[in-house]
Amino acid sequence: MTAAVPVARPRGQWLSTLARQRELSLVAILILLGGLVTLTAPQFLTVANISQVAVLASVIAVAAVGEALVVITRNVDLSVEATIGLVAYGVARVLELHALDAAGAIVLGLGLGLVLGMINGLIVTLFRVPAIVATLGTLSIFRGVDYLIAGSHQVPLAGLPEGFTDAARDTFFGIPYFVLVAVVVVAIGSVILRSTRFGRQLYAVGSNPEAAAILGIPSRMVVFTAFSLCGLLAGAAGVLWVMEFGTINGTSATGVVLAVVAAVVVGGVNIFGGSGTLAGAALGALFLGFIANALILVGLSQFWLQAIYGVVILVAVTADAFILRRLKRANKRSGSR
Amino acid sequence: MTAVQGVAMQPRAEMRGISKRFAATQALDDVSLDLLPGEIHALVGENGAGKSTLVKILAGVHQPDSGTIWLDGEATQIHGPAHARALGIAVVHQEPRLFPDLTVAENVFIGHAPSGRLGTIDWGGTRRAAQALFGQLDVQFDVGAPVRGLSMADQQLIEIAKSLSVEARVLILDEPTASLSAHEVERLFAIVRRLRDRGVSILFVSHRLDEVFDLCDRATVFRDGRHVITTATSELTTADLVRHMVGRTVELFPKVETPVGDVLLEVEGLTKEGVFRDVGFSVRAGEIVGLAGLVGAGRTEVARVLFGIDQRDGGEIRLGGVPVDFASPSAAMHAGIAYLPEDRHQEGLVLDFTIAQNVTLPILPRLFPRFFVRASTERKVAHDYTEQFNVRMTGVDQLVGALSGGNQQKVVLAKWLASGPRILILDEPTRGIDIGAKVEVHRIISELAASGLGIVLISSDLPEVLAMSDRIVVLHEGRVTAEIPRDRATEERVMFAATGSAHFDRADGSPA
Amino acid sequence: MAPVKGQPAWTRLVARWETLLVVALAGLVVLGTSLSPFFLTLGNFSNLIAALMEVAIMALAMTLIIVAGEIDLSVESMAGLASAILGFLWAAGVPLEAGIPIVLAVGALGGLMNGLLVARFGLPSLVVTLGTLALFRGLALIVLGPRGVSDFPPAFTQLGFGHVAGTLIPWPFVIFIGLALLLGIVLHRTWIGRHIYAIGKNTGAARFSGLRVTRIRVSLFVLSGLIAALAGIILTSRLSSARADAGAGMTLTVVTVVLLGGVNIFGGSGTIPGVVLAVLSVAVMQNALRLASVTVEVQSIALGLLLILSVVIPTFAHQAKSAVDRVRGGRPPPADSVPHGERALP
Repeated sequence: MTAAVPVARPRGQWLSTLARQRELSLVAILILLGGLVTLTAPQFLTVANISQVAVLASVIAVAAVGEALVVITRNVDLSVEATIGLVAYGVARVLELHALDAAGAIVLGLGLGLVLGMINGLIVTLFRVPAIVATLGTLSIFRGVDYLIAGSHQVPLAGLPEGFTDAARDTFFGIPYFVLVAVVVVAIGSVILRSTRFGRQLYAVGSNPEAAAILGIPSRMVVFTAFSLCGLLAGAAGVLWVMEFGTINGTSATGVVLAVVAAVVVGGVNIFGGSGTLAGAALGALFLGFIANALILVGLSQFWLQAIYGVVILVAVTADAFILRRLKRANKRSGSR
Repeated sequence: MTAVQGVAMQPRAEMRGISKRFAATQALDDVSLDLLPGEIHALVGENGAGKSTLVKILAGVHQPDSGTIWLDGEATQIHGPAHARALGIAVVHQEPRLFPDLTVAENVFIGHAPSGRLGTIDWGGTRRAAQALFGQLDVQFDVGAPVRGLSMADQQLIEIAKSLSVEARVLILDEPTASLSAHEVERLFAIVRRLRDRGVSILFVSHRLDEVFDLCDRATVFRDGRHVITTATSELTTADLVRHMVGRTVELFPKVETPVGDVLLEVEGLTKEGVFRDVGFSVRAGEIVGLAGLVGAGRTEVARVLFGIDQRDGGEIRLGGVPVDFASPSAAMHAGIAYLPEDRHQEGLVLDFTIAQNVTLPILPRLFPRFFVRASTERKVAHDYTEQFNVRMTGVDQLVGALSGGNQQKVVLAKWLASGPRILILDEPTRGIDIGAKVEVHRIISELAASGLGIVLISSDLPEVLAMSDRIVVLHEGRVTAEIPRDRATEERVMFAATGSAHFDRADGSPA
Repeated sequence: MAPVKGQPAWTRLVARWETLLVVALAGLVVLGTSLSPFFLTLGNFSNLIAALMEVAIMALAMTLIIVAGEIDLSVESMAGLASAILGFLWAAGVPLEAGIPIVLAVGALGGLMNGLLVARFGLPSLVVTLGTLALFRGLALIVLGPRGVSDFPPAFTQLGFGHVAGTLIPWPFVIFIGLALLLGIVLHRTWIGRHIYAIGKNTGAARFSGLRVTRIRVSLFVLSGLIAALAGIILTSRLSSARADAGAGMTLTVVTVVLLGGVNIFGGSGTIPGVVLAVLSVAVMQNALRLASVTVEVQSIALGLLLILSVVIPTFAHQAKSAVDRVRGGRPPPADSVPHGERALP
């Protein structure tokens, strides 16, 4: 008769602890970094500076949450920057022309983002184009449309309605509105991911697409929704962009996709899908924002930023791979023979 | 109360007159099968006999062209996999279909996790329910751990728990023991028997005849898509079973007696941290050394070190007396070692290449030192080597993916032979191949030994190892526990050594 | 067992893909001539081809990389880094005879970095080259900043801008054709090419067959980096200006051209002749669009659409074929004949 076979508890726990550790280590590094920078540039630790950093990071964080949803399903969306840019210009222009009021413009922005995300979703799920190719293509298409519509026009800050850009500076009991928005987005998203059928399906599809299909999970619908939500959140980021920067033209938000992907990767969302948290992605955005800020304060030119993004992505991916490899080796050794 | 007590019972599932055709093949021709409640029913047959098609029909993946299916006496149509599950039919496949990043509990209840208020998932309830299910199977599991890293055996248990979670009344096990160690097989069987005693009908599809006799109450044999016989396992012998499966009496394992020559390969004190320790044996020309042991004993790992895929941590490998060190498979190849991997499809062949391209793949630089490839030379080499193996093909330009399993394995053999090895390491060479092709492969192996090669035969198929080997080296948990010459080799001796139950004196195989 | 037809539909389609391209190319030429009487003149040809040659040579290297089952997104940034370093060295007084080899070496080194991370550390090439896309561009910005260097000697600008003596054939085109011949021969006629295909189709089997998978992969990335640096040099010469943002956006065009050439994004199939045809087609198309006064922005849209279509069309063709097969009562295709195997991101 077989005896009960206990499955080693420590092994399995490792992964979940490590994942949680990712967020904790990010926070720890942030604090460490903050300390170091403050030594060289004491203006780092002022409320004004930290608020500014947090506000900027929130914009990226919102887009990163959307990107994380897509990456969890084992896909990627390289077109987010074009969506942000296009929505930003659309919203700014519409406001400049007084075609809509602030509320209307915001709704337009979100709606536009949603539509663009749905286009990505359709191309990937209906036409079965691999996500890299599809979103590389839509990156070009959306950006082209943005240039086309904008031409050489630039919407000046003055063209926007009174107080529209105030949202970027206003606070609620000392916490900037933008940060609250980001926190709310992360919170809602996390609840969906954690506790709803749809959320679990996202992880399932990313973790093992073949099994998901066989078990009757509507993978294509799930992926389509992920891309749509990503577009929606990119649209939200676009609206926030207008509020933050005020001056928008056809090239706004160029290069942002690297920041978004870097945030997601640093935040512990596995590029192979199936795992990762939205809080991690948001923390990743904060992390990158702090680095950018630290750069400027320490006196390095902003040209270092791109290089740093690159290094950060490479380090994060390498670290992830090593951790996984060590885990696998540990499992094999102590696993049942 | 099991089915064979002779009490007439209404079958849980009954299939009559089932036929299914795919293009030019009649996969199933008017077959019948019935599953009684509380029985373990074996479905046996060679590859292509129709077993997997029948399983797929029951699972709702295919629709039969004709025939009827009754579940608990009611004629039913199974519309799809989800419908099959709803009807209480669950399939546990050879490769578990789990989500590595999700927890054990979530995997068990995937798609139907209990929901709490607000319609969200009740994680506490899911965990408790999963815990309860495993309790029924008398197995302990940390249900909160992710599935990633769990062994194949554990993953299968999760699949079984999954089927329990939908209250399956028909459980189909499709080649479940292929990657399990003997201990895990025993545990699986105990669980399956427990399920049977609770009244679940179990269909056990397997190639392993000894397991069929060990576990199953009745057996059904299919051959070429037709039903051959259904009878109680107590009324059959192995020879009977094979005869029904193959349709003729087959002489298994034609081994040719071969004079043994010089020592080609010597392994001494070979160690790899955490995997195997102090492994030593030698192989002479014309000799077949069987490497036996349970799954996970470290045999494939030793082979991988010999072939340069992995690196050793200690010990020595000597070829023709000279110590060697292989940093890569290509180095091993040049030294005259060839390795036929366990996984034909992932590691043995490029399915999209032609036979000729596969056969010449390892030796291209040798064949064409001036870089340019000539198709005519390729074809000739491929033809020469596949001809002696009697590969059933339309020509060397046929895509390897179009061949049957047995013929594919012959192509792999041809490929490695073309590299002119002195030592050939075969890892489970006849796994997943039907009996007819198996015999041919054994014949080829014998002939290769006769031609002067030294052969290392890694196999979990005990009868195969016993019949083919001149000497059997047994591994247990990474150590050599016995070296048994042919004339002293019996199943018991090998199994004892493989399970570490007894240690035998190396030299003459007598107990220590 | 039922006999299965010899070649899977995918291979046959690729064989026809080149013919499709020839037809498309012919059509585009006809379109172009209708737009302008000067279309088929050598002078026009020389112009239309020169601007695309940097993308074209990067596409040749990218073809090998994608066939091997990887991808290199960092090529545009390496071109930029090459331009930046060249400009920096020149402005600092270093002669071009030294500057150019240094830049090429940097290209090879950058490729080596990509190769080692992907092949030795086993990291996914998509993310690694996304990282180096940022890193190389960042380095370019650090080296040269926002300025441009443009006082290059006329002899240098001849490389990118000039023609073979006495003809209207631009030098970059010669380089492209030479490289196409070299890589085409390697890929299609030597066993190195066979190895590359094997790695792309089944890495495991390749490794177990004694192929030096890691070495080949690293070499391909080194080649890609080297050629990207070369492209950067040519670009600098053609525009007579070195800038850190040189080559921005080229990766998209390169990948488009390669996929348009019939190369499967998942690896294991595709041909150099196909990519050459794709280069010519895109050149003709861009020229026709320009003649038709289509703006750059619309061209960008067109390129994006082209990229997506170049994957959609073969997929649809295959699905149509499977559907036809099913109607004829064929057995469902075996799992391993689906052209886009379920694969994680490369």
